[in-house]
Amino acid sequence: MAVETHLPYDKQYVTEYSEKRNEPTWFKDIRLKAFDLAEELPMPKLEKTRIRNWNFTNFKHDVAGNNIESFDELPEKIRVLRGEGVEDRNLIVVRNSDVAYAKLSENLKAKGVIFEDIFTAMEEHSDLVQKYFMQDGVSVDENKLTARHAALLNSGVFLYVPKNVVVDEPIQVVFWQEDNEAALYNHVLLVADQHSQVTYVENYVSNNEEEETVANTVSEVFALDGAKVSYGAVDNFAKGTTSYVNRRGTVGRDATLEWALGQMNDGNTISENITNLMGDNSLSHAKAVTVGRGNQSQDFTANIRHYGKDSEGYILQHGVMKDRASSIFNGIGKVENGATRSNAEQESRVLMLSEGARGDANPILLIDEDDVTAGHAASVGRVDPLQLFYLMSRGISQQEAERLVIHGFLDPVVREIPIETVQKQLREVIEGKVY
Amino acid sequence: MAGSTLEIKDLHVEIEGEEILKGVNLTINGGEFHAVMGPNGTGKSTLASAIMGHPKYEITKGEVLLDGEDVLEMEVDERAQAGLFLAMQYPSEISGVTNSDFLRSSINAQREEGNEIPLMQFIKEMDKTMDQLEIDKNMAQRYLNEGFSGGEKKRNEILQLMMLKPAIGVLDEIDSGLDIDALKVVSQGINQMRDDKFGCLIITHYQRLLDYITPDHVHVMMQGRVVKSGGPELAQRLEAEGYDWIKEELGIDDETVGQKA
Repeated sequence: MAVETHLPYDKQYVTEYSEKRNEPTWFKDIRLKAFDLAEELPMPKLEKTRIRNWNFTNFKHDVAGNNIESFDELPEKIRVLRGEGVEDRNLIVVRNSDVAYAKLSENLKAKGVIFEDIFTAMEEHSDLVQKYFMQDGVSVDENKLTARHAALLNSGVFLYVPKNVVVDEPIQVVFWQEDNEAALYNHVLLVADQHSQVTYVENYVSNNEEEETVANTVSEVFALDGAKVSYGAVDNFAKGTTSYVNRRGTVGRDATLEWALGQMNDGNTISENITNLMGDNSLSHAKAVTVGRGNQSQDFTANIRHYGKDSEGYILQHGVMKDRASSIFNGIGKVENGATRSNAEQESRVLMLSEGARGDANPILLIDEDDVTAGHAASVGRVDPLQLFYLMSRGISQQEAERLVIHGFLDPVVREIPIETVQKQLREVIEGKVY
Repeated sequence: MAGSTLEIKDLHVEIEGEEILKGVNLTINGGEFHAVMGPNGTGKSTLASAIMGHPKYEITKGEVLLDGEDVLEMEVDERAQAGLFLAMQYPSEISGVTNSDFLRSSINAQREEGNEIPLMQFIKEMDKTMDQLEIDKNMAQRYLNEGFSGGEKKRNEILQLMMLKPAIGVLDEIDSGLDIDALKVVSQGINQMRDDKFGCLIITHYQRLLDYITPDHVHVMMQGRVVKSGGPELAQRLEAEGYDWIKEELGIDDETVGQKA
C-alpha cells in the first residue's frame, strides 16, 4: 500500500481554523500562502535517510485540551517535570494544543517580559510577533514540511525578554500530547532583546505507542546584540509520532546562544538545529544527545554558520544506538567569507550497543575564509572493552559498568540541561531507553 | 586465618595467538610482599593482567586459585569481589563518571545490598586517604582518570587500593612515571597496607621502588617464566649488577618473549 502523501485537510479548513482563532490577517495570509506552497514544495532532502514511507499525513489536527484549576490536577509524569517546592516557576503547560496552565511572575511582567501562547501573543503583541515569525529564522518556503508547519500551526509559545532585562529564574514549557492522535504543529518564538539574559527549557511528551500522529515543531530563537540565551529541551515523543523538528538560532554581536538538546523520541525523527552566528564575537554551543532503540530511524543535523568576525561555534553530538535503530549525525560548520578569526569546532560520537544498530557520523566543514580555526572529531564504535575491564576489576558488574560508561558518554550534554528536575527526568528517560 | 592465598600454577597465556607466559608458578600468602622483576618484554605485565582477567589475554593452560577457588572461572567483577585488586599500568579514562562516584560504586559493589557505605563515612575516608597520598581534593569530582597526568593516575590507583582493601593486591609498574617524591608518598601508602591479611604482588622494572617497599620475596621473570627467586638480597644484587649474570648463569641469550609484552 502506498503511503498517503496528501494532507487530510484542505484550504477551506485552514481558513476556518484561522477565523475560529481570530487570528490577525497577516497570519491568516501566511497560512493560506503556506498551504499552497506545501502542495508544490518537495519534502526536505536528506542525504542518507529514507523518509518516503514515514507517516506525515495521518493525524488529527484540532484536538482541544482541557484547562485545569490547579497544577496538582496534572498527571504525575507531567508534574515531575516542574518538581516540588517551585510553585512560582514561570511555566506553561500545553495540553494537546491548548494552554492548560500558565504562570509568569508579576516581577517579570512588570519588567516587560512576555511569556504566553502564540495565539494570545498574536492578538496582544501582533507587531512584535509578525516581525520575527518565520522571517529571518526558519522560512515558510524551505520545504513541504516548513510550509505545512505554517499552514497548520496549532500550538506555540512566545517569549520576549526586553532590553537589559536579566531573567534569573528558568522559564519552562511542557508540551503534553495527551491525545494519542493529536498532531502538534508547534511554534516557539523566543526573542531576547539586546543585553538581556534568559534560560528556557521545554519538554515534549506523548504516549502514543500504537496510534500514529505527527509532530512538526519549529523553534526560532533570536539572541540580539549582547544577549545570552540558554535553551534546553527534552524531546520525548512516543513511538507512534513522526517528528520533524527545526530549531534555529540567530545570534547577534557579542551574543551567546547555548543549546542543550535531549533528543529522546521513540519514533522516526528528523531534527535540525541550525545556528546563524550573525554578529561579530558571537558564540554558540550546540550540544545534543540521543538514544535510539527499536526500529526507529533518525536524522540529526547540527549546523553552525559563521557570518560575524571572531564568532565561535562548537557542536557536540553524542548518540547511543541499540536494537535495530539507525541514526545519521550530520555536523556542519560553515564559515562565510568575511568571518575572519572564527572558530568552528565539532565532535560527533556514536556508541553502538547491538549488532543490528546503525550509526553514521558525518563531519562537514565548509570554509570560505582564510583566517579561521576549525576542527572536527567523529567516531562510531562499541563500548570499549578495556573500560569495562577497568570498572569490573573494581567489582562493578558488567551491566553496571556499561551503564556507567553510557551515562558518562551522554553526560556532557545532560548536565547542561538548565533545570535540575528536567535533567533528572532526562536521566530517567535514558535509563529507560537503554535498559 | 591470616589472610588469603593466591596460587599461580603452571600458567600459560597467549595474546593474539602468541604465547607470552610459558608456565609461571608463584604463591602469595596474606602478609607477604612479593616483587616480580625483570627486563622489559619478559611477561611481567601479562602476568598481572591475566590474573585479573584482561579481555585480550587467553589462558591456555594452568591454574590461578584464590583460597582454593578457581579464579579463571570467575568474571572480572567476581575476581574483585573475591578479594583481588589490580593497580593498572595504564588505567582507562572514563568520561562523565566522577572519581568519587566510581570509588563509591566500587566499594558498594563489594558490600552486601542494604549494607552500602554511608555517604559521610565514605567522604571522610576518601578525604583522609587523599591527604595521605597528597592528592588534590578536586580530583574527587574530576572524571575518572580523564586528563590525569601519569603520576595522578598512579596515585589514583593506590587510592583505590587503600579504599577497597583487597586480600591480594597486584601492582603493575606502579612506580613508572613517578618522580622520587611521588614514589615516596605512594610507597608509604602501600606500606601502610601491610598486615597479615594483605598479600601483595609488586611488578616492577626498577629496583628503586624496592628502596621504599621491602619485599619478602623477589622473583625474576625471563622468557615468560620465573627463572630465579630469592629474598630482598636478590633485588639488591640486581640493582648492583643488572640482569646479565642471571642470563649467563641460565644460558639465556634473549630474555624477552613474543614481539613485545
